Amino acid sequence: MRATTLVRLAARSIRRNVMRTLLTMLGIIIGVAAVLVMVAVGEGARSQIRHSIQNLGSNMIVITPGASQQGGVSHGAGSFNRLTVDDATALRRESTLLAAVSPVIFAPAQIVGGTGNWRAVCYGVDAGYREIRDWDVSSGRYFDAADQRGMKKVCLLGATVAKQLFPDADPVGQTVRLRDVPFHVIGVLAAKGQNAQGADQDDVVLAPYTTVRTRLAGRMFIAQILASTSSPGDLPAAQQEIAAIMREAHGLAAWEADDFQVRNQTDLAETASATTEVMTMLLAAIASISLLVGGIGIMNIMLVSVTERTREIGIRMAVGARGSDVLTQFLVESTVLCLGGGVIGVGVGVAGAWILGRTAGWATVVQPQTMLLALGFAAAVGIFFGYYPARKAAALDPIEALRYE
Amino acid sequence: MTDGIVIRTSGLKRTYTVGAVEVRALQGVDLTVRRGEMMAVMGASGSGKSTLMNILGGLDSPTAGTYELDDVRIDRLDRDRLAEIRNRKIGFVFQGFNLLARTSALENVELPLLYARDIREREARARAVEALGLVGLADRVDHQPNELSGGQQQRVAIARALVTRPAILLADEPTGNLDSRTTVEVMALLQQLHSSGMTILIVTHEPDVAAYAQRIIELRDGVIVRDEPMAARRSAVSAAEGGPR
Ligand SMILES: Nc1ncnc2c1ncn2[C@@H]1O[C@H](COP(=O)(O)OP(=O)(O)OP(=O)(O)O)[C@@H](O)[C@H]1O
Ligand SMILES: [Mg+2]
Repeated sequence: MRATTLVRLAARSIRRNVMRTLLTMLGIIIGVAAVLVMVAVGEGARSQIRHSIQNLGSNMIVITPGASQQGGVSHGAGSFNRLTVDDATALRRESTLLAAVSPVIFAPAQIVGGTGNWRAVCYGVDAGYREIRDWDVSSGRYFDAADQRGMKKVCLLGATVAKQLFPDADPVGQTVRLRDVPFHVIGVLAAKGQNAQGADQDDVVLAPYTTVRTRLAGRMFIAQILASTSSPGDLPAAQQEIAAIMREAHGLAAWEADDFQVRNQTDLAETASATTEVMTMLLAAIASISLLVGGIGIMNIMLVSVTERTREIGIRMAVGARGSDVLTQFLVESTVLCLGGGVIGVGVGVAGAWILGRTAGWATVVQPQTMLLALGFAAAVGIFFGYYPARKAAALDPIEALRYE
Repeated sequence: MTDGIVIRTSGLKRTYTVGAVEVRALQGVDLTVRRGEMMAVMGASGSGKSTLMNILGGLDSPTAGTYELDDVRIDRLDRDRLAEIRNRKIGFVFQGFNLLARTSALENVELPLLYARDIREREARARAVEALGLVGLADRVDHQPNELSGGQQQRVAIARALVTRPAILLADEPTGNLDSRTTVEVMALLQQLHSSGMTILIVTHEPDVAAYAQRIIELRDGVIVRDEPMAARRSAVSAAEGGPR
């Protein structure tokens, strides 16, 4: 039989029992919609993470201490946190590809000033930090090379800190005390929002690293060195260059492994999205269970249909239908049923994802390939669960089928 | 085939097993039918007429014995080859009409052609219309079986059997549910097909109907007890043309 005839036949027998068809399809509709919404939520989370990593600054390279752990073996006991300001200086001096380099000294500090006090992290950074992070001021100015050389006690407040300490006034020109050392506020940073991990990036105070290192007493450490290239194309070469300079600065022998890690944004983005990918797949797997249940419903109704239509099958066979003709007829029918449910399910899923995005404020992304995948799944369910009933129909004996009451 | 024999059976047996009971519906039927013959199969109810027709029509397989159709051993063919024989060589009219419910007369008649590989949809439609015209139902193509009278349904069933232009037509009580006038009409149709060269086997209870055939066989308890030519053959064509009776 030709394909058009088969589809027409399937459509007709499905139409004959509208209510039953709809109820049967419901399982598939819910299954497909659930899978679609889950994947949309996962994709949304992933794209949000990617976006916030992009937001870190363009062409940024992050150098962190510690060997990359391979196979659970950490290399070198003394390799822990061996980043120094000298490393940053060496990079700035010797590198040919880096546009800016900045050590980041972390100094947790109590800040007193304005209307009260607040606990934030003070970052001791280079003036180039502004360029690396692509992070401008909303008022006032950044510190410059002169401030840095002169170890001036100047600082910039993150938007959150500014709001906490100076809710009504402009902080620029005011004085705050960091660990009891008075600093002159010369600017307020533009708000940057949350980072990929959901931490507030604006809860920060920036000061020249020279000042932080010499004027602030107490626990502090270099958690990372940030650098940037002038174009993204330079990133791979720059990373290699950094590694070479760092190895020399740390006096590593050829057989020793790196005691630092050099990563760019793409690496970071990949790590982060790998996590969400696992989450997406988990959600989709859970949702597919409902698709499975829908498939069992299809199988059930197809079995009923084969029994109901035993005589019809007998008549078809009597006039020359082969087993394979009957098999195809019922397979097409269950596939059309599932695809129909799949199409409606995709509609419901897209609407659901949109509503979820609107009401719950979750970022949801429905990609065209997700829809195609969902439809493909629905069709596969139709073929898989339709096969057994169709086989049963095809195996009927014509004369017995004709006699069936 | 050269000897002009279409159907040849020997020692044909069919035993049904229902639980522990064995029903011997056919107990050794030897039968030869020549090309172009018109034969009536008679016998009491339960004598095995339908069982024989089902085997001859390739719907059922004998328990023992051989059946050659056009010199091909049918009793050992697989399901698919049998389906092809049913589709191409044989037109079967069932005792109950066995039409597809909620399906128009046209689509019912078209059905066998949908399973014939070499016939396009357009041609199938044209031939179905033609076959319905032949049985006088040109104005009922869109009616569904429940919108047709018994005689009309029977004629749709005949049209379906004819649409593939088979060499052999097997009709199991084609006039069983019809009044005498419609019976004559149906018999006229069959005689007309016969005169155009078709081999026809009709099962019937009524001697009146059997009288339209050239040859009569009678079954009793699954064996042929009588096989003779029809002495005084009736012509339905003239009777049908002779107006209402
Ligand atoms: N599927 C079956 N299972 C068991 N027994 C059967 C079956 N079909 C027919 N029989 C038996 O085989 C015998 C012959 O039946 P068949 O239908 O061939 O009779 P028939 O001559 O066509 O009768 P009728 O004139 O009433 O149609 C009967 O005794 C019947 O009970
Ligand atoms: Mg019978």
